[in-house]
Amino acid sequence: MEHFSVTVRVRLFAMMAAGNSGNETLELQLPDGATVAGARQELVRLRPQLKWPVKTMVAVNMEYAGEQTPLHDRDEVAIIPPVSGG
Amino acid sequence: MTEPPDIQFFQQALDPAAAVARVTGPQAGGIVTFLGITRAETDPRQGVLVALDYTAYEEMALAELRKLAEAAAVRWPVRGLVIWHRLGTVAVGQPSVMIAVSCPHRGEAFDCCEFVIDELKKLAPIWKKEIYENNARWQAERESPIG
Repeated sequence: MEHFSVTVRVRLFAMMAAGNSGNETLELQLPDGATVAGARQELVRLRPQLKWPVKTMVAVNMEYAGEQTPLHDRDEVAIIPPVSGG
Repeated sequence: MTEPPDIQFFQQALDPAAAVARVTGPQAGGIVTFLGITRAETDPRQGVLVALDYTAYEEMALAELRKLAEAAAVRWPVRGLVIWHRLGTVAVGQPSVMIAVSCPHRGEAFDCCEFVIDELKKLAPIWKKEIYENNARWQAERESPIG
């Protein structure tokens, strides 16, 4: 039986955040050995209506990260849609 | 870098004179500044642009900009560096971002300033929402298809 021991904090910004604040936080429960790809799949399952702009990146603990990056309990996973600062 | 870089977000108006003062010093033979301003625009459907509304993943943006300042200091003899960015509502005609760089010579300062604003726009997790008189939209909704 799969053991869900990894709880990550997910940050959503801009057009991906619920409501009008541009900033939303939620928690995901993930199985042991979870990766960024797994967190993305779980978020899609929980929020099927969420639109992902092309070129959306993911950051783990404030560092841009690839899909295979492993996740650990209490990591912060930020979904970064295309940036537009300046 | 002679002085540590001054990297901040502001909810209030940016003060360009204060940024220049921050990087002025006896080793600073050339100071280059860049100000990014909310530009007037008219959209056929949305009407006139009133303001931009900025939001950021602040902790990560500050970390990215600190890394950017370190990279700049490796490439140029930076004596002082200011990277200030607005959050919240920035009306048309008002500055949203301010870069000030001082180096011994002007060529270095011009190149470094351009590098800093270009990389900020690529890497820093900051987003602008365009507030038109008839509507508001996040900029990426216009620039890239939603998939």
